[in-house]
Amino acid sequence: MSAPAPVSGELAVRRVRRPYRLPTEANILFVLVGIALIFEALGWSLRGQSFLLNEQRLLIILLQVSIVGLLAIGVTQVIITAGIDLSSGSVLACSAMVAASLAQTSDNARAVFPMLTDLPALVPIMAGILVGGVAGLVNGTLIATTGIPPFIATLGMMVTARGLARFYTHGQPISQLSDGFTWLGSGGIPVVIFLATAAVFHVALRYTRYGKFTYAIGANVQAARVSGISVGRHLMVVYTIAGLLSGLAGVVTAARAASGQAGMGMSYELDAIAGAVIGGTSLSGGVGRMTGTVIGTVILGVMTSGFTFIGVDAYIQDIVKGMIIVAAVVADQYRQRRRLKA
Amino acid sequence: MSATTMRPATLPAGAMPYLLELAGIRKEFPGVVALDGVQLRVRPGTVHALMGENGAGKSTLMKIVAGVFPPSQGSIRVRGQEVTLASPLAALELGIAMIHQELNLMPSMTVAENIWIRREPITRFGLVNHAELNRRTAALFARLGIDLDPEEVVARLTIASRQMVEIAKAVSYESDILIMDEPTSALAEREVAHLFAIIRELRAEGRGIIYITHKMSEVFEIADEVSVFRDGRHVATEPAANLDRDQLIRLMVGRELTQMYPKTEADIGEVILSARDLTREGLFADVSFDLRRGEILGIAGLMGSGRTSVAETLFGVRPATAGSIRVDGQEVRVTSPKVAMRAGMALLTEDRKQSGLFLLLTVSDNMEVAVLRDGFTTAGFVRRRALLELCERMRASLRVKTPDLDECAQNLSGGNQQKALIARWLMTQPRVLILDEPTRGIDVGAKAEIHRLISDLASQGVAIIMISSEMPEILGMSDRIMVMHEGRVTGFLDRAEADQVAIMHLASGGGQ
Repeated sequence: MSAPAPVSGELAVRRVRRPYRLPTEANILFVLVGIALIFEALGWSLRGQSFLLNEQRLLIILLQVSIVGLLAIGVTQVIITAGIDLSSGSVLACSAMVAASLAQTSDNARAVFPMLTDLPALVPIMAGILVGGVAGLVNGTLIATTGIPPFIATLGMMVTARGLARFYTHGQPISQLSDGFTWLGSGGIPVVIFLATAAVFHVALRYTRYGKFTYAIGANVQAARVSGISVGRHLMVVYTIAGLLSGLAGVVTAARAASGQAGMGMSYELDAIAGAVIGGTSLSGGVGRMTGTVIGTVILGVMTSGFTFIGVDAYIQDIVKGMIIVAAVVADQYRQRRRLKA
Repeated sequence: MSATTMRPATLPAGAMPYLLELAGIRKEFPGVVALDGVQLRVRPGTVHALMGENGAGKSTLMKIVAGVFPPSQGSIRVRGQEVTLASPLAALELGIAMIHQELNLMPSMTVAENIWIRREPITRFGLVNHAELNRRTAALFARLGIDLDPEEVVARLTIASRQMVEIAKAVSYESDILIMDEPTSALAEREVAHLFAIIRELRAEGRGIIYITHKMSEVFEIADEVSVFRDGRHVATEPAANLDRDQLIRLMVGRELTQMYPKTEADIGEVILSARDLTREGLFADVSFDLRRGEILGIAGLMGSGRTSVAETLFGVRPATAGSIRVDGQEVRVTSPKVAMRAGMALLTEDRKQSGLFLLLTVSDNMEVAVLRDGFTTAGFVRRRALLELCERMRASLRVKTPDLDECAQNLSGGNQQKALIARWLMTQPRVLILDEPTRGIDVGAKAEIHRLISDLASQGVAIIMISSEMPEILGMSDRIMVMHEGRVTGFLDRAEADQVAIMHLASGGGQ
């Protein structure tokens, strides 16, 4: 312990304030800044232009991050309970398809539901989110009632949901969506949705009973149970929330692309998990914060954009990305062990 | 014994009195001296029983002999040669095999594969020779009179059969020294007889068997010599024939009760909690008692007697399969801890790390988790100010030594972690407080503070159930003691009539 322990036997000990410790997210923020600066330097030396001072590029980075970020917000909470959600990318596709099919305009001669065109934008939006919620509820119910590992339950959902997305229109994309709906994907709206959602769940994790129970279950499920927490029911809530967020991500994706395609969100679940883990969420549960996850996903976005900017081959990008993810987790574990010994 | 040829057999003739000699063994764990100045000598061709209360140091000593961890001090001689046992493998190679209390078999593999793991016969092509493997196992089983199929998967065996496989595995190493740690705890009578036949056979072959048990009858049936341990020290070694049951109990219990327990007389009031014929199948049966306001009911018994299970059933962790629980005369179906908490109960669990603490979370997170349901949340939002104030008050009154409430629980000492957990339950203002080993593994100072606290709570009218393996604690704190043996209550003792001999008598089955 860094501060001297109060002398035993003295009741009226003055509280000893520890020296201020930077929040753990600060480290990740430094990493983000570092990576950005590296690309900035490479930009000037390789292409003679700035990487960062380009509004267009920054917006694109944030737009790309927003979709994966919404998934990451959900999976962060799941991982804090010591679980995992592999289904988010597929669920995204499912809800994108459903939302798109209900957002079509009547001037489309071959609408999925010819009777249900020109609906107010709220209908496809809610339907898409709801589809995600149902998928999440199924995940949660399976995990809580059958006791199968979250990895398996959500792996099953990942395959099934992708299949459903394809089956829905037999692989046909859905296009010609209403302006009210596509507004959701225009300009910086997805970024606003992402950051607002992150803020909501940041507060939920830190200041509500929901958050406290989520951490408690991940830190020690047995102790949580003995402390009177209904673990099964709480897990169902957490997975449902993750599903709702995947649904929301699906709606935003469809709105942005002004279409629904069954291949949307392919392997996004892994990016979301990577973002959460880079942001300091521990896969063994009980540890993780929303701020870290936001920074973690932005790091991934900056890397993708930066590599493209300096002209690195897409295949090599993946190779490097994979290594960086592993390195980030190794560094984090090392840091945590040191912190606990201190 | 083909394997013996590999071992140093350099002793001069006539100097072979002991297979194993331990002298001056001391073992320290952080904050605790588990063993001090312990000696033990095992002759070939004998069964040497180790006896002592829970925590006397028997298992620690045997783990040293089996190479699980090294002693802090002391010497170990095997067949007269000084050795260091760096690992279980090193011990095995010196001819020391241990049959662990908790079985160490791999459930998805076959019996034969388990027995010969790491020593599988190999074919010309470097593959495992399964035919030879099974033949060897069958031969081994024939010698020991075990009737099991070598190709059966271990997961499909009963616990008793698994125990037999463990024993066969130990024998297969052709070890001269076999350590059995309560091998009969999972066996039925007929299987025990079988085990004893095997032990006699091994003894006749000249092996030394170290036999840890709590059961008096077994000691007198099978042991040649008995060594008694108490509080990490060696008390006596006697030929079993020179001892009787009462002498043995006295050796185990020994010490006079010191008055370090600040038991204050509390006014004992009306019955708050009563259990009738409470049963959890497979764990305990027909447990009945009444608990009154201000009373401390101690539950004593050896490990595996069902004490902890009774606590878990009362609190809904493992709901009862039969019987009833009444709180204030009202029957309550305790199906989950939540129900128990609503009825005013609290449970400090036995294993702090496993089922108590959230090690990665802060001290205040740990304290407040049980009260987040009542009164300390508004529309789901935690009332931080009020909670922090309460945690701070608890920290001060229980003297939890921590730099501040945001410290990670993992960084606290055992005693302070325990206090934080007690704080968690006191915050719920329980009327019935169940404490399972409240002072296990914590230092003397914190222990005394917790004892004082328990007394204070009782005098404030809280009804307390306290489970403890420590005799002085049980005797010093309890108004009444319920003693259990193998899942049943064998008797109640009042404070006035309780002493260690009486408790040990009931805890080892009473009657006989």
